[in-house]
Amino acid sequence: MMQFKKILRYVGIFLKYLSLVFFSFVAILPIVSCVITAFKTDTEYQSTNVMVMPESWFNFSNFIDAFQRANMGRAFINSTIVLICVLVVSTLVGTQLAYILNRFKFPGNGLIRNLFLFATLLPGIAMQIAVYEIMFKLGFINSLIGYIIMMCGTDVIAIYIYIQFFENISTSLDESAIVDGANYFTIFYRILLPLLKPAIVTSCILKGVGTYNEYYAANLYLQNKKLLPTVATSLYTFVGPLGSKYNLICAGVIISLLPALIVFITCQKQIYSGLTSGAVKG
Amino acid sequence: MAAMTGAVSPNKKSFSQWLRGRKGQQVMIMTLFMAIPLILLFTFTYLPFAEMIGFSFYDMKYVGARKFVGWKNYASVFSRQDCFGALKLSLYYMAGSIVQLVLSLYLATVLSFKVKGGNIFKGFMFFPYLINGIAIGFIFKFFYTRGFVFDTVLQWCGFQLDNLPYWLRDQSINNISLVGTSVWRYFGQNMVLFIGAIMSVDAELYEAADLDGANKFQQFIYIILPSIKTIVTLNVILSITGSLSAFEPPYVITSGANGTGTYFVVMNEIAHTQQKVGLASAMAVILLIIIFAATILQKLFFKYVFKSADDEDLNAAIKREKKLEKYRARKAGR
Repeated sequence: MMQFKKILRYVGIFLKYLSLVFFSFVAILPIVSCVITAFKTDTEYQSTNVMVMPESWFNFSNFIDAFQRANMGRAFINSTIVLICVLVVSTLVGTQLAYILNRFKFPGNGLIRNLFLFATLLPGIAMQIAVYEIMFKLGFINSLIGYIIMMCGTDVIAIYIYIQFFENISTSLDESAIVDGANYFTIFYRILLPLLKPAIVTSCILKGVGTYNEYYAANLYLQNKKLLPTVATSLYTFVGPLGSKYNLICAGVIISLLPALIVFITCQKQIYSGLTSGAVKG
Repeated sequence: MAAMTGAVSPNKKSFSQWLRGRKGQQVMIMTLFMAIPLILLFTFTYLPFAEMIGFSFYDMKYVGARKFVGWKNYASVFSRQDCFGALKLSLYYMAGSIVQLVLSLYLATVLSFKVKGGNIFKGFMFFPYLINGIAIGFIFKFFYTRGFVFDTVLQWCGFQLDNLPYWLRDQSINNISLVGTSVWRYFGQNMVLFIGAIMSVDAELYEAADLDGANKFQQFIYIILPSIKTIVTLNVILSITGSLSAFEPPYVITSGANGTGTYFVVMNEIAHTQQKVGLASAMAVILLIIIFAATILQKLFFKYVFKSADDEDLNAAIKREKKLEKYRARKAGR
């Protein structure tokens, strides 16, 4: 009997690891196959099966070619500008709003919170039908600044992460500062903002990844693909005549996901905790 | 006259005083800090929201003349094959999200206990969530192409290439292929959410359950599931609205060809390619109504189903506390 139980336990452990390995394999297989193909020369790509390893792991010609054809240099510059502006503005605006909503009681406080919550129900792509008209009227089509302003629209999850964080910072801190004669600006910028740092890092990473990967609005509003590509939209170059040169396409794809990979490897913990804390409240 | 000016000037003085006072400063900082987010919210959310409802009653393009047509756009949403048929496709995505939920719940449970290399498994499965939609589109076009990655792997498993369908062209299977990419992208993210919820359960509970001889399955049913049911239910409901708004896989991989056009893909096509803005707005409004209905249902569900469940939870909590005490006493006795 004991023996039987022991065997059963080992079978259980085996199945557990088997399933983990299997699903990890499923998760990375598409990416790995892409990496393999990206290193193949044209003749190699045409003559060998996709899962056969490339002859040389140092054949970077596809990467260089993809980078130039998709105008990725320009795209990385644009994406960096967008990323920095959006992160700075939305962090400032988001923390300020959270500060007011958490620290001040006034009629309309609940209403404003609900207005932001309700906004999350409206699916973005459906809204773009009408946002397009507004962007058009504002002259924001083909304008990087216009796109940045639109992307700054504060996201609720970040605001909730900040509000949660403010709840854990004692108000006695504010009060003693007021007694010392500090005004609200000083309290916010000198005392509270530095304390918010962990929350800011977390939501910046999430927002950063989201902004970097955003392509629907970028495609819609930044129509001048020569001058205004972002990394995500630059991949559109490979739709059309280049559509079957998968060794080139895969190289482009790998280039575009490298930044996300680097951020993921360095900030795993913050990404996980940001997701979890956002979900609990949202 | 003189009396009046006399009355005004102290008022004015008290206004600047008020501005410098505590109350005035509060109002000032509130206006300053809330102006930008509220303007952004208004310009890019509520103004378009209102405009969209207006558009839905017109026959119009983005530029040019508009003609009021009343409810005609709404009627055509239900009569046009492409719009209404697209709603049915969301059933595929709903089924997919259920599979995704079960899968990620299982993996989250496994990974919450001690597992060798757990973080690496978790990382592998989570990473697809961080890839941008266009890249995923290309990756899976490549993945599903005849004789490429997926077919090769299936051939390793003993399948014959001739018996395999064209994954993106065959209408009986292509929607399932697309749902597969969506599951692939999001199951790791769901898993991380569930791990977070499971980790918030007191670890001593498991030890106590272990001592009481509960097996892993019983632990899952009696400890894990009750404590994460809120987030699970939330995800089930989110998956309903999520499947209605499925967009990315068909948009980037097949551009809606061969019967893969979901509601959003059709809507995007109508709005931006055919420029029938009125019709597209009507589609959007109908979708919004469905989403609101689902949200209200969710609220009711939480109010009435979980209300009684919370009372039960209290009992369970008391029982748990007693068990824990027993367990601690036993531990101390040893």
